[in-house]
Amino acid sequence: MKISTTVEDHRIAKLTAIAIGLHLIESIVPSPLPGVKPGIANIITLYVLYRYGLGTAAWVSMLRIFAASLLLGQFLSPTFFLSLGGGVFSLGALWVGYQLPRQWFGPISLSVLSAFAHIAGQLLIVWLWLIPHTGISYLIPVFASAALLFGIINGLIAARLLQQPPSTT
Amino acid sequence: MSSRNPFSNQRPLWGDWLVLACALIVVAFTFYRFWQNETAGKLVIRQGDRVFASYSLDQDRTLDIHGPLGNSRVEIAHGKVRFSSAPCTNQYCVHHGWLSKVGQVAICLPNQVSLELIGAKRPYDSLNY
Repeated sequence: MKISTTVEDHRIAKLTAIAIGLHLIESIVPSPLPGVKPGIANIITLYVLYRYGLGTAAWVSMLRIFAASLLLGQFLSPTFFLSLGGGVFSLGALWVGYQLPRQWFGPISLSVLSAFAHIAGQLLIVWLWLIPHTGISYLIPVFASAALLFGIINGLIAARLLQQPPSTT
Repeated sequence: MSSRNPFSNQRPLWGDWLVLACALIVVAFTFYRFWQNETAGKLVIRQGDRVFASYSLDQDRTLDIHGPLGNSRVEIAHGKVRFSSAPCTNQYCVHHGWLSKVGQVAICLPNQVSLELIGAKRPYDSLNY
């Protein structure tokens, strides 16, 4: 059996592989608080968004979430759904951010927006499904600060990567 | 060089600063909103899946709440509240000590009793399930 693949498929597979690698590296980095993570895989999503558009970015982001959860044995676990919820919200924010005039709003804006959307989506899932209790709100300032910090850092890294000339594939 | 990507400038743009300023305001607001150390006025006790009772912290009293394991004793005194005794083995709820601030929570999972402190006023006066 031969599955015919396009150049676009190969590109998505390649970029997703890098994103999965970053996701796995991040999963072994200890975190002071569940939910406070750098989200370095989002650098790839941002890069792909600017280079190849929103469709490819959505593919890479979603494939990465599914594949990484399978590799980590978290598929269909709460961790997976948190990751998925964050990813969907994050893509939504990127879609909104992508409509903004680009002479004014760069990758840093989009990175910060998607970091906030990511934690907002996760908190919504936590609150609606896992811990329907107002006690979780005590941690919101910590999550928001982390989103701002890592959003800026990831945005700067993505901007740096985007300065390089695009590879041929 | 990066003519295909005229927008991939590494320097923050005008809008980036705007987004960062807004984000900073949001973060500051979350600190203000969620980390206020407001002294609590009321106590909500939950047993199992329902609200057992709601009390003001102004009046000192001792309550016995019956759960699956036995009686959890809750003590309200001088605007503070604690589990003074519990039938569970780990005694986490008792060791939690006195609670007095809005948003503080003490839970005894084995006996399914929880205490939650709320402000003196809420946006609604009653809640029906």
